[in-house]
Amino acid sequence: MSEYILEVEHVIKDFPGVRALDDVSFRVKKGEVHCLCGENGAGKSTLVGVISGVYSSSEFEGKVIIHGEQRFFKSVKDSERIGLAIIHQELALSPYLSIFENIFLGHMETRFGVINWDKLIMASRPYLKRVGLNENPETIVSKMGVGKQQLVEIARALSKKADILILDEPTSSLNDDESERLLELILELKKEGLTCIMISHKLNEVLKIADSITVLRDGKSIHTYDTHAQEVDESMLIKGMVGRDMTQRFPPKESTVGETVFEVNNWSVYHPEYHTIKVVNQASFFVRKGEIVAFCGPMGAGRTELMMSIFGKSYGHRSEGELLIHGKAVHLSSPYEAIKMGLGYVSEDRKDLGLVLIQDIKTNITNSSLKKLSKLGVMNSYAQIKAAQEYCESLNIKTPNINQIVRNLSGGNQQKVVLSRCLLASPEIFIVDEPTRGIDVGAKYEIYCILNDLAKAGKSIIMVSSELPEAIGMAERIYVMNEGKIKGVLEHSEATQEAIMHMALVAEGKN
Amino acid sequence: MKVKQSTSEQVTFLELAKTNVRNYSMFLMLALIFIVFSVLTGGVNFTSRNITNLFIQNSYILILAVGMVLVIIIGNIDLSVGSLCAFTGAISAMIYNTGLGMVPTLILSVLIGLGIGMFQGFWIAYLKIPAFIVTLGGMLLFRGLTYIITNVSPISLRDNEFRRISSGSISLEALHIGGLHYSALLVGAVLIVLYLVLSFWSRNDKIKNNFEVLPFRYFVMKLVFTVGLIALLFYKFADYRGIPTVAVVLAVVIALFVFITKSTILGRYIYAVGGNAKSAKLSGINSERVIFTVHTIMGGLSALAGLVFTAYMNSALPQAGQLFELDAIASCFIGGASASGGVGTIIGAITGGLVMGVINNGMSLMNIGADWQYVVKASVLLLAVLYDTTTRRRSGLV
Repeated sequence: MSEYILEVEHVIKDFPGVRALDDVSFRVKKGEVHCLCGENGAGKSTLVGVISGVYSSSEFEGKVIIHGEQRFFKSVKDSERIGLAIIHQELALSPYLSIFENIFLGHMETRFGVINWDKLIMASRPYLKRVGLNENPETIVSKMGVGKQQLVEIARALSKKADILILDEPTSSLNDDESERLLELILELKKEGLTCIMISHKLNEVLKIADSITVLRDGKSIHTYDTHAQEVDESMLIKGMVGRDMTQRFPPKESTVGETVFEVNNWSVYHPEYHTIKVVNQASFFVRKGEIVAFCGPMGAGRTELMMSIFGKSYGHRSEGELLIHGKAVHLSSPYEAIKMGLGYVSEDRKDLGLVLIQDIKTNITNSSLKKLSKLGVMNSYAQIKAAQEYCESLNIKTPNINQIVRNLSGGNQQKVVLSRCLLASPEIFIVDEPTRGIDVGAKYEIYCILNDLAKAGKSIIMVSSELPEAIGMAERIYVMNEGKIKGVLEHSEATQEAIMHMALVAEGKN
Repeated sequence: MKVKQSTSEQVTFLELAKTNVRNYSMFLMLALIFIVFSVLTGGVNFTSRNITNLFIQNSYILILAVGMVLVIIIGNIDLSVGSLCAFTGAISAMIYNTGLGMVPTLILSVLIGLGIGMFQGFWIAYLKIPAFIVTLGGMLLFRGLTYIITNVSPISLRDNEFRRISSGSISLEALHIGGLHYSALLVGAVLIVLYLVLSFWSRNDKIKNNFEVLPFRYFVMKLVFTVGLIALLFYKFADYRGIPTVAVVLAVVIALFVFITKSTILGRYIYAVGGNAKSAKLSGINSERVIFTVHTIMGGLSALAGLVFTAYMNSALPQAGQLFELDAIASCFIGGASASGGVGTIIGAITGGLVMGVINNGMSLMNIGADWQYVVKASVLLLAVLYDTTTRRRSGLV
């Protein structure tokens, strides 16, 4: 047996109309942390699908060799059997079951089909300890944060005696602190002899933990770096991913800030189920013409809840407070009214809340603006096609044509479709919630340019972001939130990562 | 990324057939089933009389299927339509027996149906009770109310005028020459001319706006085929009694709802809400109102179907409409609608309904009882949906 635990040789995988993987080869040594980097649509997720049996061995060309033996998986079950475990970007836990039930789901030990619950709870404890999750095993997983849920997923993988762990964007929905802990855990598990393959957009994380890094671009494996044999830095990886040098991470700003356009005063939002709990407490802020303001803070700070509640009461049991557009008080009781008053909202959850995945690009782009593209309720199909094509070109959506189903697009392109839909409705005040989540470096830069152009055109932009460098690089002012309250605001000149963290956390200490 | 596209003039017939076989598979299935029964019944099912009967016997299910497919597209289901048919059928008979004319009876009944649809739609859309439960309640409620208002005995109609809605036909006696109803042929000819003019007009418009069109020879082939079908159908009508009134009713309903689903904002909203209700709402679509509207429409169409069925039976029966909901639902799924919402077409539902109708009709002609008809229908339903889902998956649509 060779020193490689996993070898992928010359894999080619076609989807209808698109070649997702084009002659991809890479090898992973036993006991190392191997990272896969690449832009969206580079084929990372497809590659994981090929390795783990999501696509059966008859659906692609090339070889997958694990433990020195060529494997012909028919389904994910087959790959699990030989010790492969995947942790997907979207967590696959059963939300209403407890931690230990989730850990043993699918491989519960039984006696004549009868489960001994106490024994299972006992059995779950060592795994929880190993991943550093300090919770009662009987806790219902949906009651915990995403970070902890992720740990349950890993505990579950460990309980299946996996020796290869594949993590698909594991930190995309974690805050900095949680990410840090997860990365440490991965290094810890490596010491115990586990092989980890991690897909990530966050290059600093990759550089921190990777023993070797494979860069993919346009479905091809470009290069594998060994971080012990040579010095690897972010710019090398970026160059490989986008095929060009990225000198600047943020485009230069050219907008001039004008008068106050949108003002929110003492806005409180109540929890949709527990009606007495305030998710957002007395938030006040404003945004001016041509300005980008960012909202930072840890997960669960209430940023998304605040924005969705402003956008036509889309979140919460009820809300109170005052909204002023151009100094006039408005009541927005539905997203329809919010759009009519010139608001636009791009959700952080584009698959669930942003897009109709089974519809095509054209339909998705026009869904918010049908009144504009019709006469007396009858659609003008040419106007629709023209509008969709215009945005496909101006936002550089990579697709053969506008009749592609959006489900088949990559994350960055899906995000551009959501942006297009929002832009077509021509909002004055543009709320973008985590606009670059799960998007690669190249597409991120394009999205930043779009936002800057909008600001230049005199629109006001409210950006919710969990990535501090992004907020600092893009925004004129940064509002810092935590525990449902706005803790303070920082001007562009005084904003540093430390200052933001300090504002969020020190104020937290007072409570 | 490589992209395979076949848009040039040089596209071969085989390629075209391959890319379109999914879209036309339902029609092929219908044609195939029809031909099989033609052989099995020695051509009886192809006679002019039987073709007219096919329309009359299936009209109410087809009307229901039109509404049902909308309900299924928004991701709901309506179990109450059968009971609603009985209820509105009984009410229409009672209204008619008070001495009111046919048109006011029709309008009043449909209005009552719309009202009932609004009632159910309100529970579903605004009180957020699952449609399955609300319409299950409706199924029991309206069956009960039908029994109450009819005293569980049939209501006969005051004269034969009502009956004409289903079994009557439209024909000018002056043009009834030598056994052929020339008025039907005339209408057919007018339709063909209209169809041709519209096809060419829309093609030219597309070319003018630089949009992709079928290569000219395939365009002509498609026209010839469709014109042939229309001509054949109207010849069959002319050969028997003229155009059945119910075919006209059906045609109006189908045309109206094809237009609504394909070319109106409401139609786009229906598909958007069905595809992803949460995203539709954040796109500024009033999802509740769309759901409410669809269930209201379903109520109105149920009333129309109830009326047609009453006319067909020539009396309002308290136990009318049993299992209609299941036939209507099956039609939609045979016609390619998706149980998870967002997918489905009016034409698909109609084709699905006709598939079931042709099977029923053919087996009846062969003197095979209802028992075996159920078995065959079940198999067709399962196989059709299996085919649909597998081809969909293979082409990466879902």
